[in-house]
Amino acid sequence: MRIVAEGLTYTYNPKSPFASKALDGVDLTIEEGEFFGIIGHTGSGKSTFVQHLNALIRLTGGSLHVGEYDLADKKCKFLELRSKVGMVFQYPEYQLFAETVEKDVAFGLKNFRKGMSEEETAAAVKEALETVGLDYAKVRNKSPFELSGGQKRRVAIAGVIVTKPEVLILDEPAAGLDPLGKRELMELLHSIHGGWCKTVVIVSHDMDEIAENCTHAAVFSDGKVVMCGKPSEIFARADELLALGLDIPVTAKCAQVLKARGYAVDTDFTCDDFAQKVLALWEKEGGSNA
Amino acid sequence: MEAVKFENVKFSYREDGKDPALNGVTLCIEEGQFVAVLGMNGSGKSTLAKLINALLIPFSGKVEVFGMDTSDEKKTFEIRKNAGMVFQNPDNQTVASIVEDDVAFGPENIGVPREEIGKRIDFALDAVGMQEFRKSTPARLSGGQKQRIAIAGVLAILPKIMILDESTAMLDPRGRREVMDVVRRLNREKGMTVILITHFMDEALQADRAIVMHRGEVVMDGAPEEIFARSDELETYNLTLPRAAYVCKKLQEAGMPVRNAFTAEELAEGICESLRKA
Repeated sequence: MRIVAEGLTYTYNPKSPFASKALDGVDLTIEEGEFFGIIGHTGSGKSTFVQHLNALIRLTGGSLHVGEYDLADKKCKFLELRSKVGMVFQYPEYQLFAETVEKDVAFGLKNFRKGMSEEETAAAVKEALETVGLDYAKVRNKSPFELSGGQKRRVAIAGVIVTKPEVLILDEPAAGLDPLGKRELMELLHSIHGGWCKTVVIVSHDMDEIAENCTHAAVFSDGKVVMCGKPSEIFARADELLALGLDIPVTAKCAQVLKARGYAVDTDFTCDDFAQKVLALWEKEGGSNA
Repeated sequence: MEAVKFENVKFSYREDGKDPALNGVTLCIEEGQFVAVLGMNGSGKSTLAKLINALLIPFSGKVEVFGMDTSDEKKTFEIRKNAGMVFQNPDNQTVASIVEDDVAFGPENIGVPREEIGKRIDFALDAVGMQEFRKSTPARLSGGQKQRIAIAGVLAILPKIMILDESTAMLDPRGRREVMDVVRRLNREKGMTVILITHFMDEALQADRAIVMHRGEVVMDGAPEEIFARSDELETYNLTLPRAAYVCKKLQEAGMPVRNAFTAEELAEGICESLRKA
């Protein structure tokens, strides 16, 4: 499903002293198949934008199409849309509530697919838990609260992907995880991306994470999209990002200094690529490890 | 002066003492030190932190804060006054509906005189750059702003030790930078002892000392640069290098003579130097 937003605007607490404009004319297209990154500092409108994508926030200005769904249309089949556009919030483990892992994961599914048999539900739950790397037999009857932080997050994600959404949106999915947990989570997202899950959208503050995982990205600032493109294109505009109060990947910081000294490194800003390009440059300059 | 001292401390969340979260930790932190604590989830970092301000009491062994034994209930209050703690989720740390009331909560509880409380609110809000939000409602602030309020709330007690348990995890890069700047300044200028639990390796570089925990034990302890130079060992504890150090290692392994680097700036300098000499 292709996501097209045009002139999207949204104001919290309109007509009150607390009115604040969160989106101010967002134009953004996310093509099907992309692993899309959304960057922006706190309050830039990222979360407000992604919550529009499955109509958790109803459209009040502008237009938004997600696949065949027109979100401005009051007759839009929102329930159907929501089962196809999965949303994983920040720290989703705080939303676990059921007595057992199995019940927790099944909750969303049962709401979306009324009339699904017990067997089908169990099979879907099993598949979702296995997809996120948990042992169904071992965890199904456990209380989600007995699990470790990383496992809880996996259960919460399983509860969203159990409907096999075509678009999966995750708001800072790796926040708070240790380095291994982060790596495993990203591997998980890549493993489902391209199958039934066509498009992944992540909101992240970690620029290196964006550089290393995303095919495309957009930068939000003051409720607008100010940059959009491949991470390599975005991070090549390091000065602008810094001016917006955003961070840039470590490799981009380094490339910036090198550029100022007359060494251009044409990189996609992943660590491995950057190292390779620097080595190539070094060899060109006459360096040799012989 | 020793700010914190652990003597063969064991702790378990189970009554029978099995599956210890801390399994014999001996550790000494001098006053004024800035210590980063690294380790996987479940390695015992948060348990360590909670043992310092007597939120937890050791199963066996002893924890002392400025010479006060945390298992002595009469000292609990004094210990908590000295060791302030900031947690990960700011939403769980807000108590009042107005920012200045929230910051005042701590000092009010320890009986600071009224006029002094006003000064402390000023100091604390200035320190975290949130003075302009003094009359705001925490619920209407962003996550990063809320976390700075939580830090201000701890600062207002003027603790000698500040423990930050992944307090920057929910912040954006600017928020993280601001918090880290505040913490570093408090350490350098006010001599505050800082214990920073973090998954961000780059933050650990700002500390004087880094401790790596694994399965309830302290497995590495030294200057951050020393710790990160032992990358193979770090890997066995499932930790990663700061990205600049990772790139540097890659270059070195490929035969490019680059001096050890841990930050982007150091790496850039190293690469330039090597390119010039090539």
